[in-house]
Amino acid sequence: MEFPTDLKYTKNDEWVQVEGNIATVGITDYAQDQLSDIIFMEVTAEIGEELDKDATVAEVESVKAAAFIYMPVSGVIVETNAELHDTPEMINADPYGAAWMFKFEIANPVELDDLLDATAYEKYCQEREH
Amino acid sequence: MAYIPHTEADRRAMLAAIGLERMDDLYDAIPQEVRFPDLNLPEPISEMEITREMLTLSEANLEVQHVPCFLGAGAYNHFIPSIIDHILQRNEFYTAYTPYQPEISQGTLQAIFEYQSLMCNLTGMEVSNASHYDGATALAEAVILALNQHRGKRHKVLLSPTIHPHYRQVVRTYTQGMGLTIAGDESLDISSAMFAEMLDEETALVAVQYPDFLGRIEEFSSLGEAASKTEALFCVVVNPLALGLLKPPSEFGADIVVGDGQPLGIPLSYGGPYVGIFTTRQQYVRKMSGRLVGETVDSRGQRGYVLTLTPREQHIRRDKATSNICTNQGLMALATAVYLSIAGKQGLREVAELCYHKAHYAAEKIDALDHYSLWHRGPYFHEFVVACPRPVAEINDQLLEYDILGGYDLGQVYPTLADHMLIAVTEVINKEEINDLVDVLEEVAHD
Repeated sequence: MEFPTDLKYTKNDEWVQVEGNIATVGITDYAQDQLSDIIFMEVTAEIGEELDKDATVAEVESVKAAAFIYMPVSGVIVETNAELHDTPEMINADPYGAAWMFKFEIANPVELDDLLDATAYEKYCQEREH
Repeated sequence: MAYIPHTEADRRAMLAAIGLERMDDLYDAIPQEVRFPDLNLPEPISEMEITREMLTLSEANLEVQHVPCFLGAGAYNHFIPSIIDHILQRNEFYTAYTPYQPEISQGTLQAIFEYQSLMCNLTGMEVSNASHYDGATALAEAVILALNQHRGKRHKVLLSPTIHPHYRQVVRTYTQGMGLTIAGDESLDISSAMFAEMLDEETALVAVQYPDFLGRIEEFSSLGEAASKTEALFCVVVNPLALGLLKPPSEFGADIVVGDGQPLGIPLSYGGPYVGIFTTRQQYVRKMSGRLVGETVDSRGQRGYVLTLTPREQHIRRDKATSNICTNQGLMALATAVYLSIAGKQGLREVAELCYHKAHYAAEKIDALDHYSLWHRGPYFHEFVVACPRPVAEINDQLLEYDILGGYDLGQVYPTLADHMLIAVTEVINKEEINDLVDVLEEVAHD
């Protein structure tokens, strides 16, 4: 299981990559492993939409479960990964790379402080393994 | 192995959790004296005696096999070829609905796949689910699909006043508490042209019926275009049999086509079970409720069938489900598939044409009577509205004395159509029976 150290994480199992005032979001290796084969992905938010932290942005469905992807912090959606809709299996294959889901402009950088770092997130995942 | 879900210990633990000692404590709210009322039943009788009694009771019914039936209004008496029952009653099919280990039942899956393919052919749409309970629930599910397509951001649904009144009631029941505005059916005067004006950015779905509840056939191309402009989904409720003759709704921009499959080989049966047809465009397939069977090849390259979309509401989407409908009407869907496959494209057209011509013959004869007139002058299929000189209920009582089942009393659902009868004529009615109806109508025109 990979937990890249250059990323930040949420307790909803999203990863966040911050570059300047733009954040890129996807779901973690742990999340794709838990969901198993992902067969559907749809970004439900629209570009230009202003969303609060924890607002629903996308939806994935695997052969086992459906899950929502939430805003890690508040911001404005600037780009979504349209290719993922047709190739949802990329989420399993390359969760931290090709399977990025959306980018947004960070509204309030202070909120980033609440996100987990790789070590804390890995510990959080281990706690859930029983 | 016996399937015993709860052990005595389980039960005790559950009772303890809610602070009760005995199971009987659960029924405390029910007064002791009504818990086991004296049912005052007669003494038991033998099978032979009960068969005779049930036969006597059933013979007290008036059956459509014995009297001409001019009553339609959503459920129609058509000829049902005997092969349908023979196939339905084969024990491979005549079991519970779709198995929980579906792929082991290839025959069941193939039957559903054939049903889906036939429904797509008939409606001109790209995908069909494995069916719903009936036409009314299928329409309600169309509303749910549209709301989800708009992600809950649109709260208005336009229903034509000439969609079956029961269907409109079911939509309201289904969606109560969801904060929707269901409009458009307040008055029969609201036309589809006015609907185009009523569409706005709040409208999730607009639905019409084709032919409508009053039998009329309307072309909905401009409404389809208007709906598309506001991105409202356009739903058409159909009589599938009429599609043997009419242009499919896909040709005038339908996004969802629903209807009741009863006219395709399913007996009236006192109102059910029937089967709900639900077809839509490929782009909405993931928002469609229910299940969908697909065709594939197995590891040896042989054709096989799978549940491509399972009832995900149950075991995948769970609390994120957008519909609670998981099941289908497998056996009734099979009946329609058998009906359509033995009728064929040409046979279906012939049945529809027979209905059409017989209905038009009857309508013209009735219109020529002194005290009766056709309410509507445009195109219609196999059902039409007649303005009557007396209350419809009284006329129907008198028709019954002549062993004729009269039409539907429209005053029950449309106040402005009091003393108007909706008459259906299907292929099973012959010319003599139509002439008899006309004669009796003339005779009973006055008290």
